[in-house]
Amino acid sequence: MAAQNMKHALFSAIVTLIISYPILGFDLTSEGTSVQLQGADTSTIIGVFIAALVVFLFQLFRDTIMGSLGKLPALSPMANRPPMPQKKRLKVESILLTLMLIGALFWPFIASRGAVDLATLVLIYIMLALGLNVVVGLAGLLDLGYVAFYAVGAYSFALLSQYYGISFWFALPIGALLAALFGLVLGFPVLRLRGDYLAIVTLGFGEIIRILLNNMTNLTGGPNGIGGIPDPTLFGMEFGRRVKEEGNTSFHETFGIAYAGEHKVIFLYLIALVLAVITALVIRRLMRMPVGRAWEALREDEIASRSLGLSRTAVKLSAFTIGAFFAGFAGTVFASKQGFISPESFVFLESAIILAIVVLGGMGSQMGVILAAIAVTILPELAREFSEYRMLIFGAAMVLMMVWRPQGLMPMRRIHIELKPQE
Amino acid sequence: MLEVKDLSMRFGGLLAVDQVSLEVQEREIVAIIGPNGAGKTTVFNCMSGFYKPTGGKILFEGKEIQGKPDFRISRLGLVRTFQHVRLFSQMTVVENLLVAQHRHLNTNLISGLFKTPDYRAREQKSLDRAAYWLDRVGLTDMANRDAGNLAYGQQRRLEIARCMVTEPKLLMLDEPAAGLNPAETKDLNQLIISLKEDYNVSVVLIEHDMSLVMDISDRINVINQGRPLACGTPDEIRHNDDVIKAYLGEA
Repeated sequence: MAAQNMKHALFSAIVTLIISYPILGFDLTSEGTSVQLQGADTSTIIGVFIAALVVFLFQLFRDTIMGSLGKLPALSPMANRPPMPQKKRLKVESILLTLMLIGALFWPFIASRGAVDLATLVLIYIMLALGLNVVVGLAGLLDLGYVAFYAVGAYSFALLSQYYGISFWFALPIGALLAALFGLVLGFPVLRLRGDYLAIVTLGFGEIIRILLNNMTNLTGGPNGIGGIPDPTLFGMEFGRRVKEEGNTSFHETFGIAYAGEHKVIFLYLIALVLAVITALVIRRLMRMPVGRAWEALREDEIASRSLGLSRTAVKLSAFTIGAFFAGFAGTVFASKQGFISPESFVFLESAIILAIVVLGGMGSQMGVILAAIAVTILPELAREFSEYRMLIFGAAMVLMMVWRPQGLMPMRRIHIELKPQE
Repeated sequence: MLEVKDLSMRFGGLLAVDQVSLEVQEREIVAIIGPNGAGKTTVFNCMSGFYKPTGGKILFEGKEIQGKPDFRISRLGLVRTFQHVRLFSQMTVVENLLVAQHRHLNTNLISGLFKTPDYRAREQKSLDRAAYWLDRVGLTDMANRDAGNLAYGQQRRLEIARCMVTEPKLLMLDEPAAGLNPAETKDLNQLIISLKEDYNVSVVLIEHDMSLVMDISDRINVINQGRPLACGTPDEIRHNDDVIKAYLGEA
């Protein structure tokens, strides 16, 4: 065992050296027209060797370190407590949720404009993650191209407003339904596939949509994107300084208050909040309905589900379509918030981040997913100084999570169903 | 009510089932026995629609069902269990029973989202049915446990209960007694007879436990190497020379 560890540790240290020395240990300096290779500072080289030593020591005592890490009680104080009884837990949960909601309602009136803007983005991610949670967490379909439906929602609003002058409120259901339609059409051929194969095909579909948007230059403007997407209006009242569309009035004139740019931001935030709450409530209901149970049953055991009369295609398609629907919702809000969209906003990384939120929060758990969405969106903003290392920190956080809580922040809990005693 | 005529199933060069015929009347328990690898489960898989038979006909209540998709066959009232228990192990026991009633509960999304009275009534009905069957198989105390945490015998009973809440006309049990101790087998024995007597369900079962088979079956079909070997009442089968040879080897 010790010899094995020693060998492994030595190997890891050497790999560290091989990788980091050539990258950090040499500098290219330009002298006139030619480029010269020079050794880096002594301090950098010492640093590289120290890093190799750290890797060596860590690998050597890996079992002990990981063991004690897992046992650290302070990090997971809830770990060893017996689960609360159902009633108490539900009560605590609903109180927490109400507090969160009240806090969220008052947030825009106390926070700065930037913070409100960020909060809107958080809400958009919450919608996306809740939608993907249906597909991945409940139905167990690994969808790596989820961002495609987000793009469909955003682009349908942008295009409809550009070509037909349709307002936000009409575009919202249209965008969501179009995204759902795309989910249905794309889902139909691919849902026969399972696991890894499904992941690869959905990844491909996600990229196809993005590349299509990039190349249909005469319709979508290609990489230049679409600008001038209108803001939502409140019963025909616009939030801009001047009224853009005939027949509308402006918000600040109607109420006789001074114009402020914040009004628009706050209004958008509130719309996003309402939509996110609707998303959460609808999906919560769905989870407790026969459809929701069918999704989980199919994830658990496909053959048994079929033998009980569940149609594989119908159940999977419903999950895929409903997930896409909420992505379309989020996309419309996103387009309205940004006022400008381009294919750049819908790259694979977005899909990966949304998926990471779902996994981090705990598959199938709504509370967990909401918390993870908040964390994943806000942390990078707080850590602006480290922006270069953002992805590194993100990766490290994921690894640590997998060690401590592989089931996610708040794993899904089963709902207890009370059966009435038989008379 | 069920008639299997000259059923054949070929996998490439292997003829797994060759011209097997089978008949099940209303309120009858029919056993299929045979040595390991004889093709019993393949017959089941053809009947429940998991395989598309390469030859022959399967008539259920006069309608041809061979080659229909499995979930449609199940909706007709032909429901099966599996040789290795297949429960939704991360879902609770009640949820397992509720999933099975999906078809009875199949209301539209809107009525479910708004919890209309009609939807509530249906949901309550399926809960009551679940409660009834849990009581019937003695799992009421386990109602909110994860199905995967049950003891093996309990899982077997839950699987049968899960079939029964779908209100089947014909139940197909694939080795229901496998892995059960003698006491549990005896309970199972009584449960299967009661399904027939009290709930008017016909049962087709595959089983290796001869005491169970001989006790409860009305008729027995013997299959050997994919071919039908004998068919008759338990007494006839017990004294059939071909069957004895197939089981004990030729002297």
